[in-house]
Amino acid sequence: MTGYDVVVIGAGPAGLAAAVTAADAGCRVAVLDSGPRPGGQYWRHRCDADGRGHRDWATFVDLRDRLGRVERISDAAVWFIGSRPDSPRFTVHAGSRVVAARRLVIATGAHDRVVPFPGWDLPGVVTAGAAQALVKGQGVCFARRVVVAGTGPFLLPVATTLADAGSTVAGVYEANDPFRYARHVRPVLGAPDKLPEAGRYAWRMLRHRVPYHRRTAVVAAHGTDELTGVTVAALDPRGAVVPGSESEVACDGLAVGFGFVPQVELAVALGCATRLDRDGSLVLATGPDLATSVPGVYAAGEVTGVGGAALSLVEGQLAAGAAAVSLGHAAPWSARRRGRLLRAHHRLRRFAAALHAVHPVPAWWLDRCDDDTLVCRCEEVPAGVVRRAMRELSVCDARGVKLTTRVGMGWCQGRVCGYAAACLTAHEAGRRPTVADLTGYASRPLAQPVTLADLAAADLTD
Amino acid sequence: MMFTFDGRPVPSDGQQTIAAALLAGGIRSWRRTRLGGRPRGVFCGIGVCFDCLVRVNGVPAQRACLVPARPGDVVESHDEPQVRA
Ligand SMILES: Cc1cc2nc3c(=O)[nH]c(=O)nc-3n(C[C@H](O)[C@H](O)[C@H](O)COP(=O)(O)OP(=O)(O)OC[C@H]3O[C@@H](n4cnc5c(N)ncnc54)[C@H](O)[C@@H]3O)c2cc1C
Ligand code: FES
Repeated sequence: MTGYDVVVIGAGPAGLAAAVTAADAGCRVAVLDSGPRPGGQYWRHRCDADGRGHRDWATFVDLRDRLGRVERISDAAVWFIGSRPDSPRFTVHAGSRVVAARRLVIATGAHDRVVPFPGWDLPGVVTAGAAQALVKGQGVCFARRVVVAGTGPFLLPVATTLADAGSTVAGVYEANDPFRYARHVRPVLGAPDKLPEAGRYAWRMLRHRVPYHRRTAVVAAHGTDELTGVTVAALDPRGAVVPGSESEVACDGLAVGFGFVPQVELAVALGCATRLDRDGSLVLATGPDLATSVPGVYAAGEVTGVGGAALSLVEGQLAAGAAAVSLGHAAPWSARRRGRLLRAHHRLRRFAAALHAVHPVPAWWLDRCDDDTLVCRCEEVPAGVVRRAMRELSVCDARGVKLTTRVGMGWCQGRVCGYAAACLTAHEAGRRPTVADLTGYASRPLAQPVTLADLAAADLTD
Repeated sequence: MMFTFDGRPVPSDGQQTIAAALLAGGIRSWRRTRLGGRPRGVFCGIGVCFDCLVRVNGVPAQRACLVPARPGDVVESHDEPQVRA
């Protein structure tokens, strides 16, 4: 088993920044990622990529070039982390590989959040991130005539990427009202590069003649074996469908996203404390130096609260700096530079909070989710079964629903349905989702699929 | 560069995953679910949802969105025995 001072899990913006910072501070560092190439979701690319179609590519190239002294382990999906009180504290299992670490930086990012609605499991309906990942990582448009829907600024890069790559984008349907940013002037002005960025997207949308609709949602997807069209409807300020406002849009692709779900299972399994973020996500609770509640475990990027790549870069640096200092290394920066990082962190967090306030998950899906609508795609559990379990079996929390209905017990282990199942359960119980509801779907004994041979060979006694 | 999906040849550019090559070849669903027999293809695109499962060279339950398409691979749909029509 190879030992390192710092092992970083995830090679996205947060993990790369962390790995480079820890190495600069003199630590022996390894960074593990389940993918074949570094970059995470933001810099997902083909192996001959020249940065076209990517934002901040120069930052990525700089980080990649500085990975020299870092052991980079790709195609390494971490499925278990053992911990013990002595040193090295952690054993990180990826496939049949095991590496030991004195400190961990968890930078595992997030995946798309979607909510169920009639037809959401038809082929042709994909997450917004999938649409983006297929173009950026694979050079493929997933459909010819596409609708982009959900909420959040991420819909804009998705629509423009698809349009640039040759799809016809029939429309972007944003469930909320971006004019509400006007109520958050300070955070928006505090992140000065965000306004020109929004302007650049608006210009690209105009150039591709992509219609943009605010306070409108795709409330149903249609087709027998594949998507043939969607129903769109206007939403009132509270996020409910305006009766009679429905109309049909023909398309063979729907990219849908309502924000992101941080991938916190490795940290949850280690016992790291969690909290509910403003967007309703279960995230890791961290102090100002990005330390989690478990000694030796730091977290950076979307796992501490969804806030975009720029914030992830700052957090990666802060987390790794703190980890290095805790090992007795000199801080990799001057007091001035640390001050700058902390201020940037504060500013970008405040901007993220404004973003979450403007783009909440709208309420319509809870009304539109009829008894036949699948909540759990893997175990094919419809909403009616969840509702019946709560009415007839007196189940009142997400854990109970999981055990009695098999929601979240299939292949994806609740990654896709966990958020919605927790919300539906809480809604039926007449309350708001709690940390416990969401933790019920984020606790997974094994964070990634593992072969029985690797499992049998592994020493998990730590 | 070709692999086969349920016996029919599908081209790939040598870098693509099986899912990307199938999509590029106009194949958008390649599996039926166990209970409802519902068609499925790509959903999350990053290995999280397990909707895109295929059998690759006899090995079941491979995520098509993660596994690269190699020349000569034998890819089959991952239909499971239907337990409820
Ligand atoms: C599919 C998808 C596409 C996105 N595309 C964009 C985009 O184009 N533009 C944009 O602005 N934002 C995009 N985002 C948002 C994106 O999450 C953030 O902007 C940014 O990438 C976050 O950085 P991060 O370092 O926190 O996480 P990520 O970039 O998500 O990096 C996390 C890394 O950890 C790895 N990982 C996770 N779990 C494990 C494990 N158990 N073992 C080993 N490795 C693991 C992942 O493979 C990934 O490479 C996308 C999000 C998703 C889900
Ligand atoms: S598309 Fe979700 S796992 Fe492959």
